[in-house]
Amino acid sequence: MNYVPNPPWVVQQMLESMGLASVEDLFRDIPEELKLKRELNLAAPLAELELRRELSALAAKNLNVDTYPCFLGAGAYDHYIPAVVEQMLLRSEFYTAYTPYQPEISQGILQAIFEYQTMICNLTGMDVANASVYDGGSALAEACSLACDVTRRKKILVPETVNPRYSEVVRTYALGEKMEVIPVSCQEGVVDAGAIAALIDDQTAAVVIQHPNFYGNLEVELEKIGQAIHAHKSLLVMAVDPISLGILKPPAAWGADIVVGEGQSLGNSLSFGGPYLGFFATTQKLMRKIPGRLVGETVDLDGKRAFVLTLQAREQHIRRERASSNICSNEALCALAATIYLTVVGKQGIKAVAKRCHQLACYAKQQFVKAGFKLKYNQPFFKEFAVAVNDPQAANAALLQAGIIGGYELNDALLFAFTEKRTCAEIDRLVAALGGMERE
Amino acid sequence: MSKLSFEKSVAGASAFSLPRCDIPPEAVTVEIPQNFLREEDPLLPELSEVEVVRHFTELSGRAYGVDNGFYPLGSCTMKYNPKINEWAARLPGFANIHPLQPQDTVQGALQLMYELEEMLCEITGMDSFSLQPAAGAHGEMTGAMIIKAYHNSRQDYKRKKMIVPDSSHGTNPATANMLGFEIVQVKSDERGLVDLADLRSLVNDEIAGLMLTNPNTLGLFEEDIQQIAEIIHAAGGLLYYDGANANAIMGITRPGDMGFDICHLNLHKTFGTPHGGGGPGSGPVGVKSFLADFLPVPVIEKQGSKYILNYNRPLSIGKVHSFYGNFGVAVKAYTYIKALGKTGLKEACENAVLNANYLRTKLTDHYDIPYNRLCKHEFVASARKQKKESGVTALDVAKSLIDRGYHPPTIYFPLIVEEALMIEPTETETKERLDEFVEAMLAIDREARQSPDKIKAAPQQAVIRRVDEARAARRPVLKWSPEK
Amino acid sequence: MKVKADYYYSEEHEWVRVEGDLAYIGITDYAQHHLGNTVFVELPENESEFAAGEVIGVIESVKAVADMHTPVSGTVTAINEELEDSPELLNEDPYGHYIAVLKMTNPEELKALMNSEQYAAFCEQQEE
Repeated sequence: MNYVPNPPWVVQQMLESMGLASVEDLFRDIPEELKLKRELNLAAPLAELELRRELSALAAKNLNVDTYPCFLGAGAYDHYIPAVVEQMLLRSEFYTAYTPYQPEISQGILQAIFEYQTMICNLTGMDVANASVYDGGSALAEACSLACDVTRRKKILVPETVNPRYSEVVRTYALGEKMEVIPVSCQEGVVDAGAIAALIDDQTAAVVIQHPNFYGNLEVELEKIGQAIHAHKSLLVMAVDPISLGILKPPAAWGADIVVGEGQSLGNSLSFGGPYLGFFATTQKLMRKIPGRLVGETVDLDGKRAFVLTLQAREQHIRRERASSNICSNEALCALAATIYLTVVGKQGIKAVAKRCHQLACYAKQQFVKAGFKLKYNQPFFKEFAVAVNDPQAANAALLQAGIIGGYELNDALLFAFTEKRTCAEIDRLVAALGGMERE
Repeated sequence: MSKLSFEKSVAGASAFSLPRCDIPPEAVTVEIPQNFLREEDPLLPELSEVEVVRHFTELSGRAYGVDNGFYPLGSCTMKYNPKINEWAARLPGFANIHPLQPQDTVQGALQLMYELEEMLCEITGMDSFSLQPAAGAHGEMTGAMIIKAYHNSRQDYKRKKMIVPDSSHGTNPATANMLGFEIVQVKSDERGLVDLADLRSLVNDEIAGLMLTNPNTLGLFEEDIQQIAEIIHAAGGLLYYDGANANAIMGITRPGDMGFDICHLNLHKTFGTPHGGGGPGSGPVGVKSFLADFLPVPVIEKQGSKYILNYNRPLSIGKVHSFYGNFGVAVKAYTYIKALGKTGLKEACENAVLNANYLRTKLTDHYDIPYNRLCKHEFVASARKQKKESGVTALDVAKSLIDRGYHPPTIYFPLIVEEALMIEPTETETKERLDEFVEAMLAIDREARQSPDKIKAAPQQAVIRRVDEARAARRPVLKWSPEK
Repeated sequence: MKVKADYYYSEEHEWVRVEGDLAYIGITDYAQHHLGNTVFVELPENESEFAAGEVIGVIESVKAVADMHTPVSGTVTAINEELEDSPELLNEDPYGHYIAVLKMTNPEELKALMNSEQYAAFCEQQEE
């Protein structure tokens, strides 16, 4: 299969029009000794039908969540994606376009991003949201980096209850030596306000709080933690689950200065970890420091409302080495999926989805307790919690045998996630399968 | 004017319903303390399904993609995005798998990633690849981290300077800055290539490396690349290949053979995956074997017939993405490379270079082309002649192209060319399309002389006219507010 | 290009107007013209100290960003907060709107700057 449209005789005609004899002449500026004098060591080209067969066979080797109910979460969630999302996303004008640099022929994309920014602001309660960054982990790393920039401080406190993958991305970004990551140990699966107060000082740029946290727990001392942070003029950076915001208090109400999170749950498929989208929101005060693209409202020459990429002087193509972030391509199509998703579910739907997740999780807790299991932590949770088991790996293997994709393996527990896609029957099966295994 | 979804909202309208709740009524509870609950519902639009569909259909009508027409946006490689790739990425066995599933249950996905890495090694002449970076700039950052980690591993802490050409893309200096490198700019010479004398004068034992695209942002092949590599390596630095322009050399020459130690590729440029209005991209990073230990974790390894994710890599820089990068994009690129195979990638490259030179030659008499010689996949024309004669700028030319049904080229980049029009046709355009585009460009040149005001008033055919960008930036309105 | 008599000028296109030991500092007409529509001005903090040549502010336009250097050393005694809400004032009347006022610590530094005639010639030279 090839997508080159000009047949050989046309190619010849074009070459002749330039006074060239052959295609090789087009590469005479490349030193001979650098040229690859053989074919690439790849397979022969495949026709579309062959591609279908090969790719289908590869895909069939994976066990997917359509056939096995999935209780795995830990940063990626099996939420339902309405049919409208996929159908609209596939419109070529969206997905084969580049970044909307030319506003006159990109109003549709710009408006969709503007709607997206508004939705993220409304969910989080923040003033400003960007057009997306790569994913939850990199969004958090960018947030920490921004916090260091604006406070001119280096220390970032990262509690153990933050998704370990996110923390690791933050540590990797810290290779630039502009920030120093300080871990905070936690008891009972939540951050202790006392621990923060003990560690925070006037060199602390920010404290990261994930809420609900990696273990699914609500950070019950959030209010006190926030006070301690602001008393030191440090920033409160929150990582949140956007679905939870259907019922949970928005981060702005806790005094968050920067809010980030993984937006995959909003209409994007699991897709083995990507493409996802990191959302990024902050206060009016930090608006001109926010990384990534922003769409703003303005007018055209006739005074008609128009949308345009704005505050571009923040970005790498203008600020070059003085830009605080290097981000260029973002996750626009994933953000569009999130926008369509949030438009479909709407104000009532987001609440209903959040509530259902929580109610299913509560039901699961009751069933686990009835079956004699103990929860690892005794904390309020949203849609995830950890169940103590002796051998998490063996337990997961047994669940797989029973046709269930189990939980995330902690040292002595399995972390289960409950989305609105799960049913009581599936939860009963999970509890029974795990019970059968643990009794053996 | 297109209303926002929020403005179309009708209280109580809905496009969504949940399945019937099968939790026994006595078991339905909410166990969240009151002070953690929202007091007010989040403000989201309320629309019926048909209205949602019409809304986004309407928005799509106000956008323009490669499927709509010619999109010669320089440095972005807006080639055709094959539809079979979309089908592949949406197979349930790829789209609906959780990244943390037991590895035994995702062998197909791991195999695809492993094989894609191998194919990218072959295409670039590198020894190991990681698919983790989510975009080109993310790949650059990963590469810069590897450079830093490499020097650190040798206790060579004085290497704090990164060289970038003055024609480089803004992400190069921005990336180096994120890693704490001081940026040193090397000049371009009269050929538009790295000035070797200047480069020699800049290197010393504080140089960490050089970031270079080849062909460079002018679309010109850095003919002295072997000498450049020698200069950098002799000084103890590493050579980083920014793969933004890899479409111009694929199958002809390889960064690994030119002397580069690290490279990234943009799957969304070179391997035909769609740009999605700004992303997702994918920016895999490849390295020579002596740098393999620094790649992000996990790496995919093959043990017998089994693929595994190895996290135990003490020298690794760590993770740059929550999971394994943009897998869905990797599926599309894999499908693309399989489709084109060992002969097709080279053909794609050859035709991209052919198309660029064809356009360059045809425009030569009408537009100034500052470095007018054999180019690779793109070239940079200038509207400075038009500007001088009639005041028509590169921006005006771009807007006039919109009226004529085209997406404009990249303008005002690279910074070293005034009134730059950076044109990259890609290989998937027919001669007829190119000829039509040339006609349009010539017509603009004519009109610029005859009635410049008309060009300066363009576009007239688009859904809006030129926008007030200063107003947007002076008093930013970045979200919709109901009280307006 | 407008140049104002009795002002001092730097090669980075900043002007200085002197009142006693106070230096009013702004950007020139040449600077605003080359930047284009200014959209944001980042001002220094009151009472902060700067040496000549240091960056005291940042000026953003739609397509560019430029550092504002102080041509003289001193302590900031006032900043022009009006620019925060109306950055376009720098385009409309660059000499009428200072960015910051510094209490000079070394007025001798003024001698190194250009006068209006020298600056006008300097700009002409830049344009070539």
